[in-house]
Amino acid sequence: MNRKLQPLIGRRVLHLLPVIVLATFVVFSLLHLVPGDPAVTLAGDYATPARIAEIRQLYGLDRPFLVQYGVWLGHACLGDLGHSLLSSEDVLQLILHRLPHSALIATCALILSASVGIPLGLAAATRVGSRLDACIGGFVSLGVALPSFWLAMILIGTLSLKLHLFPATGAADLTAAPLDALRHAVLPAVALAFSGVAELARQLRSAMIEVLGSQFVRTLRAKGLSPAAILWRHGLRNVSVTLLTILGLLVNRLFAGAVVIEAVFAVPGIGSLVSYSALNKDFPVVQGVVLVMVVIVISVNLLVDVLNAILDPRVAGP
Amino acid sequence: MSVVRLMCRDMRAALSISYLAMLALVSVFAADIAPYSPTEQNAADLLLLPSTAHLLGTDDLGRDVLSRLIWGAPNSLYATLLAVGVAVLLGVPVGLLIGFVGGWLDTVMSRFIDTLLSFPAIVLAIAVTGALGIGLTNAMLSVGIVFSPGLARLVRAQTLVVRGALYVDAARGFGASPGYIIRRHIAPNAIQPVIVQVTLLLAVGLLAEATLSFLSLGVQPPAASWGGMLARAYNYMEIAPEQMYAPGFAILLTALAFNALGETLRVALDPTMKRR
Repeated sequence: MNRKLQPLIGRRVLHLLPVIVLATFVVFSLLHLVPGDPAVTLAGDYATPARIAEIRQLYGLDRPFLVQYGVWLGHACLGDLGHSLLSSEDVLQLILHRLPHSALIATCALILSASVGIPLGLAAATRVGSRLDACIGGFVSLGVALPSFWLAMILIGTLSLKLHLFPATGAADLTAAPLDALRHAVLPAVALAFSGVAELARQLRSAMIEVLGSQFVRTLRAKGLSPAAILWRHGLRNVSVTLLTILGLLVNRLFAGAVVIEAVFAVPGIGSLVSYSALNKDFPVVQGVVLVMVVIVISVNLLVDVLNAILDPRVAGP
Repeated sequence: MSVVRLMCRDMRAALSISYLAMLALVSVFAADIAPYSPTEQNAADLLLLPSTAHLLGTDDLGRDVLSRLIWGAPNSLYATLLAVGVAVLLGVPVGLLIGFVGGWLDTVMSRFIDTLLSFPAIVLAIAVTGALGIGLTNAMLSVGIVFSPGLARLVRAQTLVVRGALYVDAARGFGASPGYIIRRHIAPNAIQPVIVQVTLLLAVGLLAEATLSFLSLGVQPPAASWGGMLARAYNYMEIAPEQMYAPGFAILLTALAFNALGETLRVALDPTMKRR
């Protein structure tokens, strides 16, 4: 299998290279969406002409667009994402300092989504048209329509402020106080996972219904195999590629959802950092966070592709 | 007409359409329906509980919550329609063009679309809003731009299916121009899943508006918006937790109605479902 996988990983990485380059181009272009002169915006409201000229030179804004992009990309490849306009901190250090908080919440939400969403999807798929299926369908409709930040507020109002079961806001260092960090991550993860559970249950249900309705399952039934054996031994295996793909897409959604959830729970993660920086026009930080998030999402997609190839030899090719 | 008939048969569709029609009416006649001005502050009536004078109470500045909820409806609907409109205007023509033309244009644009889809949507929308300038219109333009690649991909896939159909070959054989073929044959036949997707996008657009307004990137005070009302309610959760329920339910019900409408259209427009 390894002999087959290595070229596959190589092909996928090669395939991803243009995507990553295009992503950096999109991230870099964000600054140039600013109406008027970006140097004036970057310099702030009460900047002197001298400061604007200094900013223009510092960011190379007096040079052609593609040259600016090339210089920025070169620095980014070396880990230099610039400095925050508000705090003058190194952007990469700022992001790396905050990333563990976001990663903890996203990981907990992913585990929660999978451990609740998968059984719900399977239960609905094996009992199509039943009352349970209808209940799960209702929950799914609610899950995709419920604003996550509103759910977060309800959770804080009931479980934190009224019952004092969990801390309402803030975060703890995972390495220094792991249990405290997990306690802080519970409510944000639940609020974030709610729509993930719904999405996973919905997509898994339809994928499993398709597999259970296929010819080979009919043959297995005719051979006298029990429904449980068909579901666990054959159904789940055939749906595993779809499941992994859905989980991969969920990572993208969780990072997006984390922005508002981190704001509600005052978690010092990269989600709250990007919204705060966008509000205060701290563009180097906005660019840095968006770049880091998109690289994480692309890496997860690569991992999903490789895992899919391990699970399903047809994906790896001949 | 069969769509209308199906909606009449389907309780969920009837409910969602009635709710959305009511919301549209409330949006149009907000000035006549709202009992108070949405921005009028009253220092003597801060954070009041619901009463006959203020059916949903008052907020932290003494403004009537029901009036702000009513005035939030036109803002939310405008924002949602703007975002989805921008996504349709950008995504549909691009999808049609690259699907029809194919070749290197399709390869390059598809790679670009894949790249844009790798960005967490709301994060990209926040970054674009930060760059364009904070405010509802810019925020929803950003959301529309972020939605458009997904729509373009769907339209492209549909166009690829229709492009290979015999009647398109026949039209080409008769000497029809590419513009005519796209307009007359491909667009009408590729559009049905797009209509469903656009309806479902309305719910996502509404949630995006609420999220951006909650983060102070969308509707700016003192204008009323449901997301903005939740942001204010968040600050007073300990002393007035009831403040968060009305705007939250308004967002939830409207998103549910858009999704229900989308699901109904999916069933109604799917030819394989029609036969059942």
